[in-house]
Amino acid sequence: MTCEHSNSLLHGYLDGELDPLRAEEFEKHLESCSHCIAQLEQQESLRASLISAQLYERAPNALSIKIKRQIANAETEAQWSWVPIWRWIGASAAFAVLVAFTYHAVEVMLATKAPVVEQSALSEVIDAHVRSLQPGHLTDVLSTDQHTVKPWFDGKLDYVPPVKDLAENGFPLVGGRLDVLNGRSVAVLVYGRRKHFINVFVWPESQKDSVPPAPGTRNGYQWNYWHAHGMEFCAVSDVNAADLHDLSELLQE
Amino acid sequence: MLELDDRERFERLVLPHQDAAFNLARWLVRSRTDAEDVVQDAMMRAYRFFTGFHGGDARAWLLQIVRNTCYTWMDKNRKAEMSTEFDETIHAGGAGESPEAAAVAASERQRLMKALESLPARSREVLVLRELEGCSYKEIATITSIPIGTVMSTLARARERLQETLRGPAPEPDSRKEARHDV
Repeated sequence: MTCEHSNSLLHGYLDGELDPLRAEEFEKHLESCSHCIAQLEQQESLRASLISAQLYERAPNALSIKIKRQIANAETEAQWSWVPIWRWIGASAAFAVLVAFTYHAVEVMLATKAPVVEQSALSEVIDAHVRSLQPGHLTDVLSTDQHTVKPWFDGKLDYVPPVKDLAENGFPLVGGRLDVLNGRSVAVLVYGRRKHFINVFVWPESQKDSVPPAPGTRNGYQWNYWHAHGMEFCAVSDVNAADLHDLSELLQE
Repeated sequence: MLELDDRERFERLVLPHQDAAFNLARWLVRSRTDAEDVVQDAMMRAYRFFTGFHGGDARAWLLQIVRNTCYTWMDKNRKAEMSTEFDETIHAGGAGESPEAAAVAASERQRLMKALESLPARSREVLVLRELEGCSYKEIATITSIPIGTVMSTLARARERLQETLRGPAPEPDSRKEARHDV
C-alpha cells in the first residue's frame, strides 16, 4: 500500500518546512496512515546514518592557502598591470633569487646548529598535528592497507613516501593525507596507538649530512625526527616518547 | 580588481564558506582533487563577480557559482564523468574515535558514499545541500534554480533513489564481509 503523501508532504514534514497548518494536517494524517509512519521512520533512520557517517568534507588547508594566494595575486597583478611585463619578470626573478638565498641560509643554519629556526619549523609540525585532530581533518585516504595508501599519494606529490602497516607491532595504519609545511605539500601517514593518533610527516631529504634535531616535547606533544631512505621523517603525537621512538625504529627498518 | 572595502567584505562574507563550497563540489564532481580545482576556479569567479553581490545569503550566492562551475566541469569532462565509478582514493575519515572503531565506521561510510555517488547529479546535489549542508528549501531553490515549489518533490525522489541504492544487490546483514575486502 502506498500513500500519495509519502512522496512529498512527508518530506516537507521531515525537514520542518511545512507551515504550521499543513504540519498539523499531516500529523493528523499520520494517526491513521501506517504507510506514512513507516516511511517517516525509514527516512529518519536514513538521515541518522547519513549524519553518523560524517560525509561532510571540509576544504583541505592547502586549498585555503591557494585561494588566499590567488586573491592576493589578482590584486597585485591589477596594481602592477601598468608596469611593462619584462620589468615585472625581472622583479620576480630578483625576488626568487632572494628567496632561494634566504632558504639556503636557513638550511645551512639548520644543518649546523640552528636550534632557533628549527623551533619554528617544529611548532609548525605540532600545529599541523593539532589541526589534523579536528573532525574530518585526520585523513584524506582512510585505509589500513598500505597498498591503498601508497598509490593514493601518486601524482599528488613529486615523491613517494614509504608506507608500512605496523599493526602487528601495535601501530595500525589509519590512513594518509596531504598537509602543508613551510609552504610545501608533504605526505602524512597516520598511525594509531591505542586511543591515540600519530602523524608521521615525510618529505625528501634536503641535506644528507645534516644533524637531525633531538626528540622533544611541547604542550604535551612529543616529536621525533629522523632521516631514512633519502627521506626526512617527523613523527608527532601525544603518546609517550618511548612509543614514538619504537615507531621511528620500525619505520627505519 | 576590487576596492579594498570590497576585498575585505569578500574575505569576511564569502571566504568562510570554503568548506561548503568544497563539500558541494566534491560530491558533484566525485573527486577531492578535481573538487579542489573546481573550487579554486569558482572562488576566483566569485571574486570577480563580487561587485554584483548586493548582500543577502552569501553562502547560497557562492554555492550557486560553485554549482555552475561544477556543471561546466562535468560537461567538459563528461566522458570521464560517465566512466568514473567510485574512486577508492577519495574517501576521508572522521577523527575523534579509536583507530579500530575508525576502521569499522569506514565500511558503513563507504557504503553510503558509494550509494550517494551513484545517484544522478541532480539528486546528489539536493541531498548534499539538505542533509550535509543543512540548507533550507528556499536556499536549495536559489542554489539549484529549481522552483521552490518542486524542491520538496525533488528531495523526495532523491531520497527514494538513495534508499533503493542502499537496499540494492548487496545483502544488508552481511555488510561487514563486504567491508572486509574494501578495506
